[in-house]
Amino acid sequence: MASALLQTIDFKLHERPAPDLLPSGIARFDAVFGGVLRGCVTDIFGPASSGRTSLLFSLISEATAREEFCAVVDAGDAFDPKSAAASGVVLNRLLWIRCGGNAEHALRATDLLLQAGGFGLVAMDLGDIAPATARRISLASWYRLRRAVENTPTVLVVVERAPHARACAQFAVECARSRVKWSGAPGCSQLLRSVECAADRRKPLRPACAEMEAHALR
Amino acid sequence: MFACIHAPGEAERLIACAQDFSPILEQTDADTVTLDIDGLEHLFGSVHDIAHAIARRAGIPVNVAVAANPDAAFHAARGFSGTSIVPQGDEAKFLASLPVALLSPSEETAETLARWGVRTFRDLAALPDLGVAARLGEEGVRLQLLARGDHERPLVPAEAPQRFEEEMELEYPVELLEPLLFVLARLLGDVCRRLEDHSLAAIGLRVRLLLENASQHERSIRLPVPMRNPRVFLKLIELDLEKHPPAAPVVKVTIATDPAKPRTTQNGLFIPLAPEPEKLELTLARIAKVVGEENVGSPELVDTHRPGAFRMRPFGVKQQGTGRNACPTQLAFRVFRPPVAAKLQADFLSAPGIRGKIVRQAGPWRTSGDWWSADPWVRDEWDIELTDGALYRIYCDAQTCRWFIEGSYD
Repeated sequence: MASALLQTIDFKLHERPAPDLLPSGIARFDAVFGGVLRGCVTDIFGPASSGRTSLLFSLISEATAREEFCAVVDAGDAFDPKSAAASGVVLNRLLWIRCGGNAEHALRATDLLLQAGGFGLVAMDLGDIAPATARRISLASWYRLRRAVENTPTVLVVVERAPHARACAQFAVECARSRVKWSGAPGCSQLLRSVECAADRRKPLRPACAEMEAHALR
Repeated sequence: MFACIHAPGEAERLIACAQDFSPILEQTDADTVTLDIDGLEHLFGSVHDIAHAIARRAGIPVNVAVAANPDAAFHAARGFSGTSIVPQGDEAKFLASLPVALLSPSEETAETLARWGVRTFRDLAALPDLGVAARLGEEGVRLQLLARGDHERPLVPAEAPQRFEEEMELEYPVELLEPLLFVLARLLGDVCRRLEDHSLAAIGLRVRLLLENASQHERSIRLPVPMRNPRVFLKLIELDLEKHPPAAPVVKVTIATDPAKPRTTQNGLFIPLAPEPEKLELTLARIAKVVGEENVGSPELVDTHRPGAFRMRPFGVKQQGTGRNACPTQLAFRVFRPPVAAKLQADFLSAPGIRGKIVRQAGPWRTSGDWWSADPWVRDEWDIELTDGALYRIYCDAQTCRWFIEGSYD
């Protein structure tokens, strides 16, 4: 009886389809990683001046160029519209939520945006939040975000100093500064030209590294 | 069949009277209303009975005429006193004695007709068609048709001003939001049903609360796209009233909507992802409740050289953005709001959370502006690299001679 019942039930395990990718618009990054995963949490972390925000702006500009709507949940109120516009972000397709340094508000706003749906990319910028505060974000909150973004075409990008999303991030990239290029002789008519950064994949654990170069605005 | 009611200076009363008999009515001129009475014979009997019923309902001395076409009824009502029934097929004979001036011809035509000795409808109706057309043109043909009672046209119904408003006086003052929401839900349901009946949606909501202390608490909600969902409206009002609660218990509630044509969208396979406007509006209201209304929106650059200038405008999903310019990856800038006060001693920079020796620097760039206003700025900017490799933009405020870190390159 039981065997007959088992035969009638289809126990085939269905393979999860590979998630779509949103290209970053940075040729070398896309050549190595293909872009960032839709329906997943992407963690971009690194110290100050490591190219995290440049990578984020490039992702947003790529998404807005595809006529998608994006949202930046700015926990530390550090978003610079002028710099974003110069990076190619279409500002009227961008929702900016300023949380004034409150990480809890940022989590709440991100959750609400993901529940509402319809955004191509939602970025939670915790880059200027004190490490102690970022560490206090519970794993349950991260899982909630992961569940909210799952099976949606939205990219959830978290920008941080250290990888706090831990197990909840399906794709983690560590940014590090390689070289700062200045023009002119030291002490005389110098100009900041560009910053060379390296993006190391930390998750999934398959070593890969992409070199990026971000040019200064001046 | 059409009935026409005429009474000088009583337009409103005539319209009210006509509305009691038929929903299809036309205010033909300032003193005359024409209505469609087809089907009323089942209620009132013959056309005579209908005409008398209309005259009685008017409550004032009126001329009532019934005819097979609206213009014949109109001229009969204006030309004959009391109740007139224009026999179908004999309109020309019935109207024959009326003066031609009732047809309101143009000054030139009136003069021509007077010269020809045409004084009544009969005279005009008797003229040869081709001759009238050749001499008086299109107007002459139309006037002749009117004089014969043969002019057929549909009624142009008068549209009553539509007000999508509901109000309710409460039996006792309501202090808490929750019971107030029950009342609002019912009113919103009624308003939305009426909007739906008229194939309309709302682009704005106004909630007027009469308070126990006789003052009024009024809130307006502007919607990004026309909507007609009472649950969305209720949630938006709830979030708004939570942020701006009334100062005293509520004794009367009024809900008004600004009607607009409903949104029509063409979906397609290749249209990019966009948030659903109703859902987005609710989400933004919820987020605004958490972070503050002024902190949610779409950034817009301001036409000024002042560093960090921008303004927030409401976020909507209607805007059509332009594609990305093909530009190399730009070095992004992160702003410290407010700028961090720093100490600069020789080549050592110290500020809360940031310390280091300056190893490279570029600058200064002097910027200034708004010297004509109360809020001028003058500053010298540098890009610096510290020993830990971090890149910052610092500036010296020329007015206060103090150093600040504006932000970091990232």
